[in-house]
Amino acid sequence: MSSNHPGLSNNFSRSGEKFSWSKDNLRSIKNIISKYPKGREQSAVMPLLYLAQEQNNNWISIECIETISETLNMPKIRVTEVASFYSMYNTRPVGENLVQICRTSPCWLRGSNKITKTICKETKCEINDTSDDNKFTVVEVECLGACSNGPMIQINNDFFEDLDEESTKKIIDNIKEGKPNVIGSQKGRRSSENA
Amino acid sequence: MSDDLINIKVNQKEIQVDKNLTVMQACEIAGEEIPRFCYHDKLSIAGNCRMCLVEIEKAPKLVSSCTMPLMEGMSIITNSEKVNAGRKGVMEFLLINHPLDCPICDQGGECDLQDQAMYYGFDKSRYKENKRAVDNKNMGPLVNTIMTRCIHCTRCVRFATEVAGVPELGMLGRGENAEITTYLEQSITSELSGNVIDLCPVGALTSKPYQFKARPWELKRTDSIDIFDSVGSNIRVDSRAEEILRVTPRTNEYINEEWISDKVRFNYDGYYQQRIDTPYIKENQKLSISNWEESLKVLKDKLKTLKPLALIGEHVDLETGYAIKKFMSNYGIDNVECRTDNHAILESLDSYRFNTPLNDIENSDLIILVGTNPKIETPIINHKIFKAYNNDAKIFNIGENISLNYKTEYLGESLSNLNNENLIKALKKSTNPLIIIGSAFLNKIKNIKTIKSIFSYADKYKVITKEKNNLNFLNPYASRVGQLIIGNTTSNLCEPFSNLKKDNFELVLSFGSEHIANEQFNNCFKVYFGHHGDDGAMGSDIVLPTPLYTEKNGTFVNIEGRPQEAKKCHNPIGSAKEEWSILKKLSDELSFDFIPNTFDQLRSELFDKHPILSDYHEIIAVENSTSITPDIEFEDCKAEYPVSNFYMSDVISKNSVTMAKCVEEIISTPSLLEKSA
Repeated sequence: MSSNHPGLSNNFSRSGEKFSWSKDNLRSIKNIISKYPKGREQSAVMPLLYLAQEQNNNWISIECIETISETLNMPKIRVTEVASFYSMYNTRPVGENLVQICRTSPCWLRGSNKITKTICKETKCEINDTSDDNKFTVVEVECLGACSNGPMIQINNDFFEDLDEESTKKIIDNIKEGKPNVIGSQKGRRSSENA
Repeated sequence: MSDDLINIKVNQKEIQVDKNLTVMQACEIAGEEIPRFCYHDKLSIAGNCRMCLVEIEKAPKLVSSCTMPLMEGMSIITNSEKVNAGRKGVMEFLLINHPLDCPICDQGGECDLQDQAMYYGFDKSRYKENKRAVDNKNMGPLVNTIMTRCIHCTRCVRFATEVAGVPELGMLGRGENAEITTYLEQSITSELSGNVIDLCPVGALTSKPYQFKARPWELKRTDSIDIFDSVGSNIRVDSRAEEILRVTPRTNEYINEEWISDKVRFNYDGYYQQRIDTPYIKENQKLSISNWEESLKVLKDKLKTLKPLALIGEHVDLETGYAIKKFMSNYGIDNVECRTDNHAILESLDSYRFNTPLNDIENSDLIILVGTNPKIETPIINHKIFKAYNNDAKIFNIGENISLNYKTEYLGESLSNLNNENLIKALKKSTNPLIIIGSAFLNKIKNIKTIKSIFSYADKYKVITKEKNNLNFLNPYASRVGQLIIGNTTSNLCEPFSNLKKDNFELVLSFGSEHIANEQFNNCFKVYFGHHGDDGAMGSDIVLPTPLYTEKNGTFVNIEGRPQEAKKCHNPIGSAKEEWSILKKLSDELSFDFIPNTFDQLRSELFDKHPILSDYHEIIAVENSTSITPDIEFEDCKAEYPVSNFYMSDVISKNSVTMAKCVEEIISTPSLLEKSA
């Protein structure tokens, strides 16, 4: 597998399946576009890329780009430029759970290295790789803005904070077994109140 | 207007400049040169190369001058130590990831980065880390890419979007991962794509056919004119010894600005393919090699007995045209025809030229395209229409529903759609409407009343007023307007070519016109004067080699009626002789009156006879036509476009390998634009 971050690659690929908006998304798109002045509909490209990624198993395929360019009546290369600029739009398929490990200084000082090692061991995949069972993709990212609760990781849309090796392993195990996880601090504190 | 002027200081020198300028433009007016990579006058301002840093008094940091607007009393310093240090810093950063491959780079010797590094570069590098490498991208058969050299000025991206009107180029990624590419590495589908090569300030985008051919200081530069469409773009032909190695644009703000079409830029390899290098005579249905003496003797004998007709092709210059006319006048009148495509005209100049000066097209707010596809007939005019479109002009189209790189409202197939209700409504509202009548209809018009009606129509809807004439006639041929001015046409205003057969000509002299192969001349003795062996030469009884436009001096009048000179670049191939000298020889032997002994004499005789043509680079002034009919009536004719394949519209391009590759890679693979439309 390629070894760079799936959101930082400039190479897009086709999924081979036609991409067309779901009914719900079509409704949201109408709503999103209405927020921008007439003639400036193309400004909606970022929310639309987000919707497309959500609908398309967490990645942006060439088909998604073509559909967006049609919806917003803008050149395909312009959509591609935006999608390749931001690291949160994945340009290749990722696993069911995209595990983003914060490695910026506050989390690193609190031991994010150990968390990374644990995750790689438990999911059996390297950084920027997807596990064989397609359950996990592990990537390192810069600050996710939960510094007072470091070390922390983000799995799909959820933050898991105040981690140590044990709680990290449990989170991964729960996902593997399909059990629910406690979101937020793993030490039981509310948001970032004094520990 | 003193309101628009402000006082500023550049290096302590006080000047007054327009307040809408940028700091960089003001410095240029003050005579200070500012280094730059991303800034270009014809493109939007990006401000991403940071090379144009200047110091502005009271500003805490250096300022990029291309993006900075002027303010009253501003004091700009361009030569301080601080400025120099800043630019040196920028240069060092630019060079960090730029490969040191100048010795094998095609841009070497004419590279902005190389030149500016001479002033602002260091003699050694402080950078110890690995340089980044970028994969080369496919941009089609014309543009070669070495993307590691790219400094991300985005000039090419802005050109494709703003000038060519094909948003296919973009910059992907960011920071160190930034890369310039076309969408999915498809070929650029523009007819102006070659211009990105000139725009690129480094060697990232270079010419594919010119790759590793020559260094700029080895080349002889000759000023010439693009004869592959009627716009008359100014070009510079670069040659070494007897071979043309590349063609680049010359800036002419009135015509082509800084751009030329891909056809003239890249079809020069066709100049040397399939050339007629020696006279041929047909024996037993087969052309066999002859010599000048023999072939002219046969021709002379035929000219003594047979009634001749001269056809003038699309690449014939004025001097040649004049010599032909003079020669043919010995046989009476109505025996020279340049309108071999049945181009209908009225007598006056404004009925066959583009009456709006080309750089005024962009000021129009409503453009009606009638039977013309400017994108492939005249890409430079198409660019001007695209400019008008970007200024919110409405574009209507009548004829076939062609695909262009801007939105048009399609009205229908026939000329009578000029009376469309929506169009009339828009015309009444418009302040500066413009009509372009193209060859697709002009070549089909059978009744002269139709052209008169077009004039009346234009008059009625204020397209023609006392001050301006925005009724334009567009044909794609470089020779046409000039040949019509000197009267190289028969007296039939409509269908001149179809009417020729009535006159029972027995001998046809074709000067580069392929129409000699038409059935109507089957019983005539045919003589082809030309440079490329194609249908015209194949079917002829005598073939005489003549030089190409780069092998002789000549005057061409462009579509707006602007005479310009194309200069000789190298000697003719083989034993080719200039047409006028062949005719001179024949005249002498036939004891005709044909005075000029030299080309210069011929030219001065032409200018004496037609003084309006001697004023190079100026548009010929005429009074607006008054041939107006009271009732407007358009005949029903079907549009037939003169150019269907941009890359292969004439004998020279047909023989170019580069143009053949373009057809294969750009036209045969479905266009991006068509898919997205």
